[in-house]
Amino acid sequence: MEYVIEMLNITKDFPGIRANDDVTLRVKKGEIHALLGENGAGKSTLMSILFGLYRPNKGIIKVNGKEVQIDDPHVANDLGIGMVHQHFKLVENFTVTENIVLGSEPKKSFGRVDIEKATKKVSETSERYSLSVDPSSKIEDISVGMQQRVEILKMLYRDAEILIFDEPTAVLTPQEIDDLMDIMRMFAKEGKSIILITHKLKEILAVADTCTVLRRGKLVGTVDVADTNEKELAEMMVGREVFFQVDKPKREPGKKVVEIKGLTVKDNRKLKAVNNLSIDIYAGEILGLAGIDGNGQTELIEALTGLRKIESGKVVLNDVEISNYSIREITEAGIGHIPQDRHKFGLVLDFRLDENLVLQTYYQKPNSVRGILNQEAITKKAEQIIEEFDVRSGKGAETSARSMSGGNQQKAIIGREIDRSPAFLIAAQPTRGLDVGAIEYIHNRLVAEREKERAILLVSLELDEILNISDRIAVIYEGEIVGILDPEKTDEKEIGLMMSGSKRVGVANE
Amino acid sequence: MSRLKKLLMDESKYQITVPIIAILLSFLIGTLVMLFTGINPLGAFKALIRTMTGLNLEQMFTDKMFNMRYVGEFLTTAIPITLTGLSVAFAFRTGLFNIGAEGQLLVGATAATLASVLLDLPAFIHVPIVLLSATIAGAIWGMVPGYLKAKFNVHEVVVTIMMNYTALYFTNYVLKALPGSTLIKTVKSNPSGTLESDFLSSITNGSRLHWGIVVVALAIVAFWYIIEKTSFGFELRAVGFNPDASRYAGMKVNRNVMFSMMIAGAFAGLAGAMISVGTFDYGRVLVGFENYGFDGIAVALLGGNTAIGVMLSGLLFGGLKSAQPLMQANGVPMEIAKIISSLIILFVAMKYGFEMLLRNYAEKHEKEGK
Ligand SMILES: Nc1ncnc2c1ncn2[C@@H]1O[C@H](COP(=O)(O)OP(=O)(O)OP(=O)(O)O)[C@@H](O)[C@H]1O
Ligand SMILES: [Mg+2]
Repeated sequence: MEYVIEMLNITKDFPGIRANDDVTLRVKKGEIHALLGENGAGKSTLMSILFGLYRPNKGIIKVNGKEVQIDDPHVANDLGIGMVHQHFKLVENFTVTENIVLGSEPKKSFGRVDIEKATKKVSETSERYSLSVDPSSKIEDISVGMQQRVEILKMLYRDAEILIFDEPTAVLTPQEIDDLMDIMRMFAKEGKSIILITHKLKEILAVADTCTVLRRGKLVGTVDVADTNEKELAEMMVGREVFFQVDKPKREPGKKVVEIKGLTVKDNRKLKAVNNLSIDIYAGEILGLAGIDGNGQTELIEALTGLRKIESGKVVLNDVEISNYSIREITEAGIGHIPQDRHKFGLVLDFRLDENLVLQTYYQKPNSVRGILNQEAITKKAEQIIEEFDVRSGKGAETSARSMSGGNQQKAIIGREIDRSPAFLIAAQPTRGLDVGAIEYIHNRLVAEREKERAILLVSLELDEILNISDRIAVIYEGEIVGILDPEKTDEKEIGLMMSGSKRVGVANE
Repeated sequence: MSRLKKLLMDESKYQITVPIIAILLSFLIGTLVMLFTGINPLGAFKALIRTMTGLNLEQMFTDKMFNMRYVGEFLTTAIPITLTGLSVAFAFRTGLFNIGAEGQLLVGATAATLASVLLDLPAFIHVPIVLLSATIAGAIWGMVPGYLKAKFNVHEVVVTIMMNYTALYFTNYVLKALPGSTLIKTVKSNPSGTLESDFLSSITNGSRLHWGIVVVALAIVAFWYIIEKTSFGFELRAVGFNPDASRYAGMKVNRNVMFSMMIAGAFAGLAGAMISVGTFDYGRVLVGFENYGFDGIAVALLGGNTAIGVMLSGLLFGGLKSAQPLMQANGVPMEIAKIISSLIILFVAMKYGFEMLLRNYAEKHEKEGK
């Protein structure tokens, strides 16, 4: 069997860390090859090397049996290699077509860009693979799932035969994930080869033919997906047994911590996104909020945390109304927030890790005394969180947040929020991009917060996660709560029906 | 040699190596330009050395070998542009582009002149009042664009450019209206209200060097301290890098934008005092801008918006600026100094290109080594 891609004995060093250590990856033509590994294991780095963004310190790369030097994405491009990055690289206020042709624009006379020709080719490609992307809409106006398709189109437009997907499903809704799987299968059938990075073992079992596992930069092995199972894969990557179910002692809910009453919030287009929504959350309870993306979850969270204006209704925390509080006052009153978009809200990427870990507490004792920063205290706090939440990076507290792996950035944010142990913690997609080992740990920490009588709102698109750790499940549809369920007495099917608006339970019909 | 190579390849030092490469390259190209146009480049270098160290290489070992007056004048030139450099750099750190240092400087200069001409007090309170007036005037001039940005999201570049013109005509009007003013200048300041220093002047052989040098030193320390050591500076930096995350973390982004512009304006206003009651002892009615603001942008850019960087680049640009007359005397057109200054900016602006070259070089080097 011949290989389209051979990366042989690749080693890559970053300051303070060996991201890839003698790693070998071989991909056959027409296969879907999964790349699995813990957060910071070096997956993105390995793929960036293949795509010409980094150069390895050691090792050789062969494409179709011929040794090549890929020192720049243009070279990768010419070799037919395309990549969808973990964090998209699109220009927000450009149209889909403009983004796709960027860097290889078709030209008319005098070097003018032939945008009509480009648009035509883009829509043809889009139709051929039934991606249904509108070439003339602006990136900022389309959903994340669509943006990803734009990234995919970008590869196809450049006639890529080897497609790299770096955690494509982390940002997608379950439906979008299914669609993406179909698209990938279609590509493979056409003879394109796919390298897929994902932390979701189910996805690997569903689409991949082969799986290569990395741990702390080293190759653990390559297995045939047909001969393996979730448990074995998880063990290979983490190096120990992983429990997918959390142990959660039963407990009675305590006093009311949060009262949301008649809350109405508008979205960016000034349309009602949260509509007269009321719900209470109790001490020692994890309330799971299930819903299809775009049904008002984001606006609800932003209103609760002060990031978005409340049109009407009120929010009460521990008997104090906080509806008109500033963001800082809300934080100080005891609300923590693990944001959905870690790069927009969660981190200042150009700050060091320690600075990011005190992002809300930098001005308080002991981090600051009378307005003067106390670096010693900040370092100490940072090191404690890093240790506790196993945040891996090259240079510890001093690492620039930008250079950290996606999952470790996420762990840092979660660590920061849980460490403050707020009375009310809002966790939006907290385990997005985390490896199974880290998810297990985070789930346990959330349960531990619950034991400490905290109230937790878990917003997740993954029903597995909601069913696994919630005490109660609320389903949101078009900005309204359409049902409150007991996780013991319901299943994915029922929740699914409610999420699509076809069923209501335990709440008044309008 | 291998030490140098190591230094060049150290990514964490790019912040230092890249500006130095830019400077060296600019001087190299400046030299080539002189060679091609038939000018002796030595004349330029001798002028620069004499300006910055006082050493006259043509008169070695005579009694004319050393003249501190050049150093004094050079420092006097460096003082205001270092301060406008701090002004621009401070705004940059909060993600703002302060093109308005020029106008803030003008109102600062005028406020200082007013305070020094109109008041008659003992020096130990007069000088602080003069400096404070300049600082406050500059801060107010900076606050206007800051407020408009915070409140109505009007871009600060547009507003500051307008404020520069407003400042020019407004200050000219005020200066001319002062009792005793002619069409080009005001009456002399009260000596108690100027930064004049017989001591500094005497140790620099009668140069115009004044106490402003102490003010600049303090300003540099203040800049560093505020930005790096205070929780307020932490906020400013956070807002500059990522306003969304800063808002999420409870920082008042708009308020910081306004404060930052006010502080930037304060630095520039202070720079104005350095000129109007330091270099000169009367207020000058100007026909047009003197471009201290633009010099400040250059200084901030080369200095990487850090306190130490601004200090060093302020000295370099000050040197290039004040060497121009001597260059001319040495048969080098003063445009050469301007060409070199501009090239430095050009190359610093190309820093990503240099960083990429260095990185490629480092990677190749490492491969061959193994
Ligand atoms: N540009 C960089 N500079 C310094 N260190 C880096 C850089 N990029 C990655 N690293 C480090 O290399 C290691 C591997 O990172 P990489 O992004 O490849 O991990 P990953 O396997 O993709 O993890 P995740 O699942 O969290 O995305 C991490 O420890 C990271 O901190
Ligand atoms: Mg990654």
